[in-house]
Amino acid sequence: MRLATKALATGYRGRSVGRDITLTAGPGEVLCLLGPNGSGKTTLFKTLLGLIPSQGGEVLLDGMPLGRLPRAEIARKIAYVPQAHAIPFAFPAEEVVLMGRTARLGTFAQPGPRDQEAARAALARLGIADLATQDYTRLSGGQRQLVLIARALAQETPLLVMDEPTASLDFGNQAKVLAEIAGLAAGGLTVVLSTHDPDHAFAVGTRVALLHAGNVLAEGPPDATLTPQALSTVYGIDVTVERTASGRTVCLPHLGTAMASAAGVRR
Amino acid sequence: MGERARALTPRSGLAVALLVAALPLLALAALLIGPFPLSPGEALAVLWRSATGTLAEGDRAATVLLSIRLPRVAAALLVGAALAAAGACYQTLFRNPLVSPDILGVSAGAGLGAVLGIFLSLPVAAIQLMGFAGGLAAVALVGFVAAAVRTGDRTLVLVLAGVVVGALTGAATSLLKVLADPYDQLPAITFWLLGSLAGIKTEDVLPAAPVVLLGLVPLVLLRWRINVLSLGDEEARSLGIEAGRLRLAVICCATLVTASAVAIAGVVGWVGLVIPHVARMLVGPGFGTLLPVAALLGAAYMLVVDTLARTVSGAEVPLGILTAVVGAPFFLWLLARGRRAWA
Repeated sequence: MRLATKALATGYRGRSVGRDITLTAGPGEVLCLLGPNGSGKTTLFKTLLGLIPSQGGEVLLDGMPLGRLPRAEIARKIAYVPQAHAIPFAFPAEEVVLMGRTARLGTFAQPGPRDQEAARAALARLGIADLATQDYTRLSGGQRQLVLIARALAQETPLLVMDEPTASLDFGNQAKVLAEIAGLAAGGLTVVLSTHDPDHAFAVGTRVALLHAGNVLAEGPPDATLTPQALSTVYGIDVTVERTASGRTVCLPHLGTAMASAAGVRR
Repeated sequence: MGERARALTPRSGLAVALLVAALPLLALAALLIGPFPLSPGEALAVLWRSATGTLAEGDRAATVLLSIRLPRVAAALLVGAALAAAGACYQTLFRNPLVSPDILGVSAGAGLGAVLGIFLSLPVAAIQLMGFAGGLAAVALVGFVAAAVRTGDRTLVLVLAGVVVGALTGAATSLLKVLADPYDQLPAITFWLLGSLAGIKTEDVLPAAPVVLLGLVPLVLLRWRINVLSLGDEEARSLGIEAGRLRLAVICCATLVTASAVAIAGVVGWVGLVIPHVARMLVGPGFGTLLPVAALLGAAYMLVVDTLARTVSGAEVPLGILTAVVGAPFFLWLLARGRRAWA
């Protein structure tokens, strides 16, 4: 499924956050949203998911306006992976995944054998079948993130929207989650994610949008978009983009200029 | 069902089976115990005479069993189940295990309505009706205020509006207590505000039961969605639930259930707060199993407490006092055993 936004304006009543956002992502693509804190990534996500109304422009799913689709209809098209979070009650991980099936159930229905099948398959696909009966509240941050991704898979949507899926994860879990994301896109899903790490955009992104103060500053393939100039405009520090011997691209902030600007912040 | 099988470990399954088996036995015992003790044989004989229409005029055993104890036992089961079920709903809805069924002011409103009825020296049925109406009115007012405040977190606004309306109705109730006749009305008011099933009749229980059922049925039907709603509004919506509409439905149903319980029993604290909690320790947080187990447990607990209330001393002890005295140490003991407390 192709997700597109046309001249989208985001925000809340009386408070505009983003303007003129035009983006697109199709099957097999990973669109990475990159931008500093407060650049409007979360607000954009909420608008993409229809959780808050757009303040102008439109969100299109395969050319159809998201507009006022019923919630269940949206949830059968877009799955949302929130940041690994705490929930107040100790549900078993499998039950959290099973909740992904809700949009496919009637109002008064309970999940049946087919839904449980889907939940187990989603857990197995991410290699965490052994977590099924464990309390979600007792899992580590990385395990929770994987469970939430499994829930999105159980939702069986063509489109995945992930809010900073690597935030609060350790080095190893970041790599695992990134590998899963690349695998999901290779399987034909459309993935939109936000991240704070340009390296992650280089690693899994097929397209990158650089958000700055609510506007899309640059948009396109990572190599063409994440230039040292663009990155230093957005983040306010000098950045070098280098190609490693193994063929990966990495971003290196210049600690000297960063320290100088940090000193500026302190003054 | 798979969902149930996962939520119930063998041990908690045993606990639920014991509970289901114990409830009729408890009810039977409660029917026999009291200042006029009956043997099981006598009780059966009374039932036989009643069924065959051969009850004699002035049959004391029949009067005690059928007119006094049976409605009272039925009322205790009904009120306990209602309060515990409503508590389980609100705790899941507000994602907080410290919430009780009167969080949105239903008890305060019902209290004001009933106290006004007592103050005006209305008949018992009218007092109950005013209690019921007062509870519904208070929650409606809370909903109206929360809808009028269009900023901020919906849940937080709702809870704060509940606190405000509760404080205002509490003040009005206190004013009526000051104005009430200290010899006749004030004891009745105090007793009502602490909860009691003393003197309850069949015609008090009969109208309340269908209303409680009317509130419980949608909650049972919506159990999976209420489960999902415990993840919070935004996430529930991203999973395909119209969170605002569902929350409204749950609040309406739980208010109906609580208001009818409060109308016949007065304000009985503690049950709606602690019983869902104990139920969660037994069977986990899955709402589909939590709701019926909480209702069963609440019914059993209220039955025991009410039987104590009419037998421990010559005079009736208010329920609110006993629910706390019996419940608090038990709850502490549970906590001290270190089972997953808030889970």
